[in-house]
Amino acid sequence: MSTVATTEPAITTRGTRASIRGRLQDALPKIVLAPSFVITIIFVYGFIVWTAYLSFTNSKTFPSYALTGARAYQRLWRWTFESDPPSSWYTSITNMAIFGFLYIGICLVLGLFLAILLDQKIRGESVLRPIFLYPMALSFIVTGVAWKWFLDPGLGLEQTLHHFGWTSFHFDWIKNKDFVIYTVVIAGVWQASGFVMAMFLAGLRGIDGEIMKAAQIDGASPFQLYRRIVIPLLRPIFLSAFIVLAHMAIKSYDLVVALTSGGPGGSAWLPSNFMYEYTFKRNEMAVGSASAIIMLMTISAIIVPYLYSELKEKAR
Amino acid sequence: MNKFLTTTAMVALALAGAHVSAHAADVKEVQMLHWWTSGGEAAALNVLKQDLSKEGFAWKDVPVAGGGGDAAMTALKAMVAAGTYPTASQMLGYTVLDYAQAGVMGDLTETAKKEGWDKSVPAALQKFSVYDGKWVAAPVNVHSVNWLWINKAVMDKIGGTQPKTFDELIALLDKAKAAGVIPLALGGQNWQEATMFDSIVLSTGGPEFYKKAFNDLDDESLKSDTMKKSFDNLATIIKYVDPNFSGRDWNLATAMVIKGDALVQVMGDWAKGEFVAAKKTPDTDFLCYRFPGTDGSVVYNSDMFGMFNVPDDRKAAQVALATATLSKSFQSAFNVVKGSVPARTDVPDTDFDACGKKGIADLKAANEGGTLFGSLAQGYGAPPAIANAYKDVVSKFVHGQIKTSDEAVKQLVQAIDDAR
Repeated sequence: MSTVATTEPAITTRGTRASIRGRLQDALPKIVLAPSFVITIIFVYGFIVWTAYLSFTNSKTFPSYALTGARAYQRLWRWTFESDPPSSWYTSITNMAIFGFLYIGICLVLGLFLAILLDQKIRGESVLRPIFLYPMALSFIVTGVAWKWFLDPGLGLEQTLHHFGWTSFHFDWIKNKDFVIYTVVIAGVWQASGFVMAMFLAGLRGIDGEIMKAAQIDGASPFQLYRRIVIPLLRPIFLSAFIVLAHMAIKSYDLVVALTSGGPGGSAWLPSNFMYEYTFKRNEMAVGSASAIIMLMTISAIIVPYLYSELKEKAR
Repeated sequence: MNKFLTTTAMVALALAGAHVSAHAADVKEVQMLHWWTSGGEAAALNVLKQDLSKEGFAWKDVPVAGGGGDAAMTALKAMVAAGTYPTASQMLGYTVLDYAQAGVMGDLTETAKKEGWDKSVPAALQKFSVYDGKWVAAPVNVHSVNWLWINKAVMDKIGGTQPKTFDELIALLDKAKAAGVIPLALGGQNWQEATMFDSIVLSTGGPEFYKKAFNDLDDESLKSDTMKKSFDNLATIIKYVDPNFSGRDWNLATAMVIKGDALVQVMGDWAKGEFVAAKKTPDTDFLCYRFPGTDGSVVYNSDMFGMFNVPDDRKAAQVALATATLSKSFQSAFNVVKGSVPARTDVPDTDFDACGKKGIADLKAANEGGTLFGSLAQGYGAPPAIANAYKDVVSKFVHGQIKTSDEAVKQLVQAIDDAR
């Protein structure tokens, strides 16, 4: 029936047909996007609102909807500033600062360094590139377990060197409450720096050779060339790499669990571990939600200015 | 609006977390959510499956990946919120009461009366399987926590005897240290440290004190000098652990004792399962003693099958499951394999080994003497929020974030108060 209805007017009036088709073409992207748009609105933004609401209730095992004020936030606040010995929340956020700063910093520096070395038109580059890049193909869980064995004093590096006769060698960071977070940095950097290298390498290849030649003719040394010209030109890559690394740092829950199972006395926790632990294992949904909201606000404080500056640049 | 959001959220979680068949359930089918997937446990559950299939009920595992029960509990939460209840689920202590309070548990009182559960199941266990006068769960076993597991060969080598007091235990550990054996095998995960501390508190303060502090959460007891002394004892005993203990799994610690690398482990009786799996026999290869100073008392935890409020057409299957779970034959067969003891006190101990026989006798005596206490470390002393706060403090003390017993007691009181 419907086919008849659409084909008949098509023969008589070509104009209408064209306009229906045109309108359909205009609307098609919207129709296709609509379901995923609705799903995103509900399952991302809707739940952000829901979580925010829950953080003001006294939800325990199950959500409860009677508002009870900011008690959950007060608890987190107290655990932040009145903590000697440090509370789990205080440990989590200081660990986040240490881990985030070192992980992002070392990945950027190491990635850039590797990229510059690989950019020297060396032989075998096509072999070296995937070698550096491929740790990224492993999940954090695999990375974590592998490094856990490697760093374990009874199994890995220390034991091996003792076998070779270097018995004074001592490396037990993974068992040490003060240093365990740095082992998370080591494993994280090992995994991500190759990826950062690939980003920088792409950026380096995109730089116009004429500029480089001109500088060389003017007598710039290779060091000056990179410092004054190449690295400043890589600014957009720095920003993208920073954003990618920052979100990986914030979500790296699995690495902590696989590598340290939380560390001695919970000393390797990141806020994501805290949030999961309190919401799902300790049945303190309100405190978990409050910590999630604080994480969201922290990320917003970084991302929003970035987006703002990007948009302003586009508008110009 | 709220209801709508909850439902959508939880349906989504249910779909993502556990692949749950929401379509009309077969009425001749038992849907069971559990995390007993290791060899021995799975074999033990097979007994139950066969019992049920004899009565014409099919068994359907609700699959939950990941051991330890955390994943299973998350999946269960999602299923319950979405209204698709399994027939039953493996549950621990206060979780049963949580769900009962939420009004989603079924009522098995009729079956319980007919089968005489009230008389045969210890009263301390009924606290978790009976809610508001109704039976909502079927206990499967009783694990007890206050055990020492000792390698007999090492014990003979150092010429040790059964320690009767805490000081004798320390003297024994000293002997092992002098002989070059790791005295104490411990896994540095917070629940293992807290499980050992349960025994230390019971030993230091005695049964009355344990009950008041860890079951009633009495402020005075938590703050008391006895609690401080318990932390001091913990500090003493922790010195006998090898430096590489942090993060170690409990079964690896047990393996150290089995292999003779270490003398003793303080652990619940699930450790016996490891010894048995390694073809060791009690009294010839290994020894099981109560933690010194806790003889006559039992600190327990228990696995239970929580029974959900299923529609009438699935009720028959549920009743069959509950009856089979608490039948003497299953209780005996299952617990012989699992290392625990039956959840009813009238099961004959003929099939059990020496440690099992002692466990059964101890449970009976503790039940009659009123010295059967829920383990705080294992979630039977207080709700999860409090139990976890407790584990935090003990773990931080063991790993040196909390330095003195004064500070530890202060932190414990504060943490429990927060979590209340």
